[in-house]
Amino acid sequence: MADTTTTEEKKPEVSHGEHNEELSFWRKYIFSTDHKTIGIQYMITGGFFLFFGFGLMMLMRWSLAYPDQPLPILGFLIGNNGIMSPDTYNTFGAMHGTIMVFMGVVPLAFGAFGNFVLPLQIGAVDMAFPKINAASYWCLFVGGLIMIASFFLPDGAAKSGWTSYAPLAVIDIGFGQTFWLFGMIFLITSSLLGSVNFIVTAIQLRAPGMTYMRLPFFVWAQLVTAVLLLLAFPPLEAAGILQLMDRLAGTSFFLPTGLVVSGEVADISGGGSPILWQHLFWFLAHPEVYVLILPALGIVTEIITNNTRKPVFGYKLMVYSLIFLGFMSFSVWAHHMFMTGMGTTLNAFFQTTTMIISIPSVIILSCLFITLWGGSIRFNTPMLFALGFLPMFGIGGLTGLPLGLSSSDIHLHDTLYVIGHFHYVVAPGTLFALFAGIYYWFPKASGRMMNETLGKLHFWGSLIFMNLIFFPMLIQGMAGINRRLHDGGASYADATAIIEPGFYSHVANYLYLNKWMSMSAWALGLVQIFFLVNLFWSLKKGKKAERNPWNATTVEWAAPSPPGHGNFDSAVEVYHGPYEYSVPGASKDFSPQFEKGPST
Amino acid sequence: MSTIEIPYVSTPRPDTGLVNAKLGIWLFLASEVMLFGGLFSAYILLRIGAETWPEGATILNVPLATLNTVVLISSSITMVMAWASLVRKDINRYRLYNYATIACGLIFLTVKYFEYSAKLHHGLFPSESTFLAIYFTLTGLHGLHVIGGMLTLAYLQFIGSRMWKTDPVRFTGRVECAGLFWHLVDLVWIFLFPTLYLM
Repeated sequence: MADTTTTEEKKPEVSHGEHNEELSFWRKYIFSTDHKTIGIQYMITGGFFLFFGFGLMMLMRWSLAYPDQPLPILGFLIGNNGIMSPDTYNTFGAMHGTIMVFMGVVPLAFGAFGNFVLPLQIGAVDMAFPKINAASYWCLFVGGLIMIASFFLPDGAAKSGWTSYAPLAVIDIGFGQTFWLFGMIFLITSSLLGSVNFIVTAIQLRAPGMTYMRLPFFVWAQLVTAVLLLLAFPPLEAAGILQLMDRLAGTSFFLPTGLVVSGEVADISGGGSPILWQHLFWFLAHPEVYVLILPALGIVTEIITNNTRKPVFGYKLMVYSLIFLGFMSFSVWAHHMFMTGMGTTLNAFFQTTTMIISIPSVIILSCLFITLWGGSIRFNTPMLFALGFLPMFGIGGLTGLPLGLSSSDIHLHDTLYVIGHFHYVVAPGTLFALFAGIYYWFPKASGRMMNETLGKLHFWGSLIFMNLIFFPMLIQGMAGINRRLHDGGASYADATAIIEPGFYSHVANYLYLNKWMSMSAWALGLVQIFFLVNLFWSLKKGKKAERNPWNATTVEWAAPSPPGHGNFDSAVEVYHGPYEYSVPGASKDFSPQFEKGPST
Repeated sequence: MSTIEIPYVSTPRPDTGLVNAKLGIWLFLASEVMLFGGLFSAYILLRIGAETWPEGATILNVPLATLNTVVLISSSITMVMAWASLVRKDINRYRLYNYATIACGLIFLTVKYFEYSAKLHHGLFPSESTFLAIYFTLTGLHGLHVIGGMLTLAYLQFIGSRMWKTDPVRFTGRVECAGLFWHLVDLVWIFLFPTLYLM
């Protein structure tokens, strides 16, 4: 093992290469082809959009808790004397979903962590196609710009939900939806380029000795995610092209014959099918759910094994479950469409596949729980987030079962229960894993440790407030409150009370929760300040990190912190599996993959 | 920056038997299959749901499309010959065959232009009927792929072929990858032709 002095010697040697003049700022930090710089670009962009999308939601929560009252202080942002109109609410809702899923979580979980960590973990010098890698980031950037620009259009941004269901999305006036579609095409291209790159890198650039069954689970998770992105996104691109044709060329792919718009029969050729859009959309968007969750599972696995100081339980079982999960995710999409009248046969089919896909997820989660058994656990910040992930993702998964059964879905469909369910999966689930990953790999990326106290404040605050936001949604949803109302269900309670006095008036009993949820959302926003302060403070003032501050076993810890261009001081060789902690007879409690251990 | 070298750029990795680009292009083709697969599925669902569906030949020009089919299949042959010439270290024959492939692409697009303008001239716009909508969308997207393929081939012909002097194996690999894409574009047309014109 080279110590720090050899790194110092190595650096000039690397930069004395014949083509290697000092790179300009632009080449080094902006148009870089280095996978680590691109990973950090993804991290900054994804992080920005994550907070942007959260900001939209914090504004929307005002309207949910205090409908039709002027927004204090920030009222100028939405005009209309600070009163949020239903249209503005719809715009924010649609863009919140789009931004969080396609521009926040995917770029972070896949683009940022995948780019930074995957080549390091397999002992590669860079991605297989560095220029394509940069192109992938810049596609995301352009797509993001288009989405942001759409807020400044005269009629505002897209407002037909992140699902953009036709015909609503097609007949929507203004250019917001058109911008959305163009933006999506860029985002899809970005994911496509990224996924090709990831798969080729993971297959072709593995260091000598890094066999498939020695890959860290994180790499497997990214690999399966990349396959999902590669094969699931193109049908959405197809759907996007058809919707663009509907909007720009006046075709009727998604417009049925006799469609009535604003009380008049629309002047269209008709013959299209609104359900077709849903099929094409969900064929992407269900695998997309696994795109959001699989990298998170990968990150959590790394951190849990590292901090229990034990090998992960059932590594091969987890890998096979992961592959099965990826495969099955292509055959469950229509469980989002039980209420479209597909018929009981199709409903039964998709209900069955949905129940089947829960099995591998449960296996992976169980393996992680069993890994904790008998470990001497280190409760540092990354581990707290990883441990928080397990029950939160568990709640997210279990609340999905009633939605996957077509009979109980009849009641729960389109209620706030659905919102509660998938936010449990993605917010205290995936986002916790992403925060865990940031705390875990920050020393590798920056060469400094993050502050533990601020990290723990961030964790406990986030855990408490996220539950206070999302659990009441499950309750409100079971009471039957629709998910898309700008007043948080007040009009629904009034209307049903008039139509059927007494029968639905119980909805009114659950409206008080709106205020609690909104307060919690704003408090959650405040708690994130701990994170931001920690991030920027630690970059400058954090404790210096050595190469392997967590005493971990995977290959990325063989590189200097931060790794230079080309990553490793010398070529890496891999001798054994990824999680050899506490090997009997070893001199220390971890046997890194890049060192010959007692078992090899 | 360029001091690090990505392995397996021109020589195959022993245990996978592949160079990076070849695996990459096959993955890309898989996604293209899903893209056109999605559109063909849309076609099937729309046609099943339609009350009436015109026979392609009554609206579209079958002889012209047959000509185009012959042209594209020929271009796939010249594409293979171009690559085979490089394998036999004959860059001049490669240049000739590559020109022929690009020319076939040009003929295809010219014929397509006359087909399109005839339709639009008779007032047959995509907004007229679902059949015309899917016809214009599918063939339009395919046409964009033909243009993309031709740009790639032209790049290889004029700028990319400089690599023949420095790294002939890698250049041959690039031509092979471009060829694989070109064959996919050809294959898509072979599905499009009967689906739209004959059925």
